[in-house]
Amino acid sequence: MSTEKGLLAIFDCPDKLLEAVKKLRAAQYKKLETYTPFPIHGMEHALGLSRSWIPWVTFVMAMVGMTVAFGFETWTSAFDWPINIGGKPFISWPAFIPITFELAILLGGISTVVTLFYAIKLPCYKFKVLDERLTNDKFAVFICATDAQFDRERISSLMGESQVEEIKSID
Amino acid sequence: MEAAHSLIETEPLVMPGKTYADVNNDVCKPLESFPKGKWYFCFTIAVMCFAVGVTLGVRLFQRGIGVWGLNHPVGWAIDITNFVFWIGIGHAGTLISAILFLFRQKWRTAINRSAEAMTIFAVMAAGMWPLIHTGRPWLAAFWLFPYPNQRELWVNFRSPLLWDVFAVSTYFTISLLFWYIGLIPDIASVRDRAKNKIRKVIYTILSFGWRGQGSHWNHYEMVYMILAGISTPLVLSVHSIVSFDFAVAIMPGWHTTIFPPYFVAGAVFSGFAMVLTLLIIIREVFNFKPYITMGHLEKMNKIMLLTGMIVGYAYILEFFIAWYSGSPSERAIFVNRATGPFAWAYWIMMTCNVITPQIFWFKNLRRSIPVMFIASLIINIGMWFERFVIIVTTLHRDFLPSSWDAYIPSLTDWGMTLGSFGFFFTVFLLFCRVLPTICMFEVKSVMKH
Repeated sequence: MSTEKGLLAIFDCPDKLLEAVKKLRAAQYKKLETYTPFPIHGMEHALGLSRSWIPWVTFVMAMVGMTVAFGFETWTSAFDWPINIGGKPFISWPAFIPITFELAILLGGISTVVTLFYAIKLPCYKFKVLDERLTNDKFAVFICATDAQFDRERISSLMGESQVEEIKSID
Repeated sequence: MEAAHSLIETEPLVMPGKTYADVNNDVCKPLESFPKGKWYFCFTIAVMCFAVGVTLGVRLFQRGIGVWGLNHPVGWAIDITNFVFWIGIGHAGTLISAILFLFRQKWRTAINRSAEAMTIFAVMAAGMWPLIHTGRPWLAAFWLFPYPNQRELWVNFRSPLLWDVFAVSTYFTISLLFWYIGLIPDIASVRDRAKNKIRKVIYTILSFGWRGQGSHWNHYEMVYMILAGISTPLVLSVHSIVSFDFAVAIMPGWHTTIFPPYFVAGAVFSGFAMVLTLLIIIREVFNFKPYITMGHLEKMNKIMLLTGMIVGYAYILEFFIAWYSGSPSERAIFVNRATGPFAWAYWIMMTCNVITPQIFWFKNLRRSIPVMFIASLIINIGMWFERFVIIVTTLHRDFLPSSWDAYIPSLTDWGMTLGSFGFFFTVFLLFCRVLPTICMFEVKSVMKH
């Protein structure tokens, strides 16, 4: 959320939060974000989030790693300075496999982590923590004030139906 | 699903009566209070052991590898034994984190953080040995990594010793990344609890600004699964590559295709023993019994029983194949192992690794803390000796009898081994004081509320 003004509805149980999010989505609220201490099963679907695209990056970079590794090994061992070691052929591809495999994994893994940080735009220290209990034992949904449907009373009553514990206003 | 679940009587993963807030309070307590006498006692011993190792190491670099007991033909002994031993220990951490995750074993959540930390520190302890054993580790980087140079020389990519460089570096990097990614939400929890200003700043920086947004968890869970998915073949490949250090050579006792699966099973076996040792101590010292329950420990003992039996099977199979092959040198090596000058090490290995895990067939022994603690120590001793036996018995009597020689480890050998244990426990004990040793967010996600 680039503008962090809105309402934060805090619950003490993940099931209540899930129910509340479903209600909000059914009432056509679009600019929602949840804050939970652990991932909640079913929340991505409730929030309407699509599957993460990061595995594609992993796959492509692993292939790149594999190619670079095998290519480099072949170039150094067969073209740049071929040396007869134990009578093995210059392009001794079985011997090249372990390093090829390891570099595929290394590049795939590192790129996955880097892409995660890109996708979730962290590290970022600009935004303040909305409530300190949200990394502990409370679960919250944030409704952005710029949402077309934003209406404090409506939101309060919807959240009340799901046994909200507290509604905080974030300015 | 609920009905099916209740048909199988399982112990609760977290003792009943604990709330989400309790998890944070209990797990963060060691971070937020001054260490008690028990921790200082363990830490002092660990640091002293490490200091012994460092002192002897400095002496080694000043005088050369001769301070060890190495000779011709035994060019590898304690150094490579320790390398393989520590890498093996590291594998249990990855297995618990990655492989048990892929198998959806929820009980891993209480133990994966300390197991992963153990992996990182074990791989560090391991990585020192190939560097130290070169005698001139300040030149090692030049020998190991393919960097462009004036002599236009490249490294030998066909050598298992070089495969090790890439395998261990990759293993360390990926394990570190996996561990840290898993830590981020927990560091955010520690940050939000922090009252002290400096603590708040440090943990804020380390948390990267994580706030637990749903859209973030979406990507996070995917990345966690990807890392678990790539760590699994990684752990299998790394110890296989380490076994190739021996298997690719032509020496009798080494040149056998059973080595990769045998080493991997052995690694899991010894690694779990070390995790068990650490967990039993932690749960006692930090009062984590409601989280690291008897159920968790019992499951780990079952895994040790399984992998111990695979290792035992491999021992018997090696012997059988040595006989069945008809190869006189192969047969001679195995008879030498059991009856030659290192038979004492061989029989330590056999009793510790084959006989000891068998006690875990019995439920009351599986669920007894003193029994499993002593068993885990015995198993680690046995597994250390396994690598010692493999390396030294093959080297000291190779194909040419005129090359045979005796090998006696020197005090420096034993002292530096002690030093590596000291290093491992020192960093592990420090970790316990600054980072949560139980993965809070994962435990919360599997406990009943």
